[in-house]
Amino acid sequence: MSAYRDEDPRIQGIKTKIRVVPNFPKPGIMFQDITTLLLDPKAFKDTIDLFVERYKGKNISVVAGIEARGFIFGPPIALAIGAKFVPLRKPRKLPGEVISEEYILEYGRDCLEMHVGAVEPGERALVVDDLIATGGTLCAAMNLLERVGAEVVECACLIELPELQGRGRLNGKPLYVLVEYQ
Amino acid sequence: MFAAENGLKGDPRLQAISQAIRVVPHFPKPGIMFQDITTLMLDHKAFKDTVDIFVDRYRDMGISVVAGVEARGFMFGPSIALAIGAKFVPLRKPRKLPGEVISEAYVLEYGTDCLEMHVGAVQPGERALVIDDLVATGGTLSAAIRLLERVGAEVVECACVIGLPEVKGQCRLNGKPLYILVEPREIDNCC
Repeated sequence: MSAYRDEDPRIQGIKTKIRVVPNFPKPGIMFQDITTLLLDPKAFKDTIDLFVERYKGKNISVVAGIEARGFIFGPPIALAIGAKFVPLRKPRKLPGEVISEEYILEYGRDCLEMHVGAVEPGERALVVDDLIATGGTLCAAMNLLERVGAEVVECACLIELPELQGRGRLNGKPLYVLVEYQ
Repeated sequence: MFAAENGLKGDPRLQAISQAIRVVPHFPKPGIMFQDITTLMLDHKAFKDTVDIFVDRYRDMGISVVAGVEARGFMFGPSIALAIGAKFVPLRKPRKLPGEVISEAYVLEYGTDCLEMHVGAVQPGERALVIDDLVATGGTLSAAIRLLERVGAEVVECACVIGLPEVKGQCRLNGKPLYILVEPREIDNCC
C-alpha cells in the first residue's frame, strides 16, 4: 500500500524534498537521496508522523532499522510508538553475540546481523529502511526477526522502486511506502 | 562537562541510562571495554530519557543544525533534531553521501580515516550541535567540528551519551564545549 494513493497532503511535500542523484554509486543508477528531506524539519517531521500515525496503538514492541539510513528513521518512530529500537547491521559492527543472515546482491553477497537477545519470541516487529529496491535486504531483515520468533507486522520504507518488484519478495508480508519513484 | 555536574546532579534518569548500557570486553580487540548502547535502545524509557535530556538542554539555544556522526550518531541525532526543530545532517564515512561533499581527515590509532558532509547542507552562520554516542580521544568529533566550521557554521556544543576517561576533566574539545551524560561502565560481576 502506498500513502501516495491516499494523497495525504503531506506526501507531496515529502516527495519534493527527495533529491535524485544520477549515476550514483555507478552509471545508470538514479540514487534517491533522502538527506535533503532531513534538511527540512517540517518534511522530516511529516515523514515520521505518517509512520507513527499508522503504527501507534498496534502493539508493536520492536522497530528494527537497517544500517545506516534505517537508523535515521527507525528510532524516532520507535520512541513515538513506545517500542524498542533494534539496529540491523553489517558484519562485525555489533559487539555482542549475533545471528547473521546472508543475502544476495547484484554481484556477490552481503550479510545482516542482529544481537542475540534483542528481540523475544512473540514480539510484534516493524522493519524500517529508507528505500526498497529488489527487497533483498528487507527480506534478510525479516528472516532475522522471524528466526528469533518475532512476528513481522509490516515493512515500512519512504521510497519504493516498483520496477524492481521488491514488494513481491517479502514472503507475503505487507509493505507500506510513502512515495514511489518510477 | 558531565551532565551530573551541570544541573542534573542526582537525576535518577542518568543512573538508569548508565545501567542500560552494556559493556562488552575485548571488542573490537583485546583490552577494549566496548560501551554498547544498543541495550539502551532496547529500554524505551531510558532511550526516551536520553533524548529528552539533550532536547531540554538544546531547545532554546537557537540551534538549527544537528550533525550526527555515522552510524551511532544517527540513532540519537534525528530525534533531537525533530524535537528542537532543527535540520539533521549526517556526517558519513567516505563515498556514502551521493552528492558533492567536503571531506575532513582525522587520525586513528593506526592510520587515518575521513568524515564527509554534503556541500550546501549547512549555511554560514548556522548554529550547530554535533552528536555521537561516545567520545574517546575526540578525533572524530574534532573532524566533525572542522567540517561545520569550514562552511561557516558555529558549533555550539558537542554532545555524547558516554565520555571516556581521556576526556574526563576536560569540558572543551578544540575550544568547543563538550556535554556528556555518563561515564563508561566497568564490566559487571553479576549473577
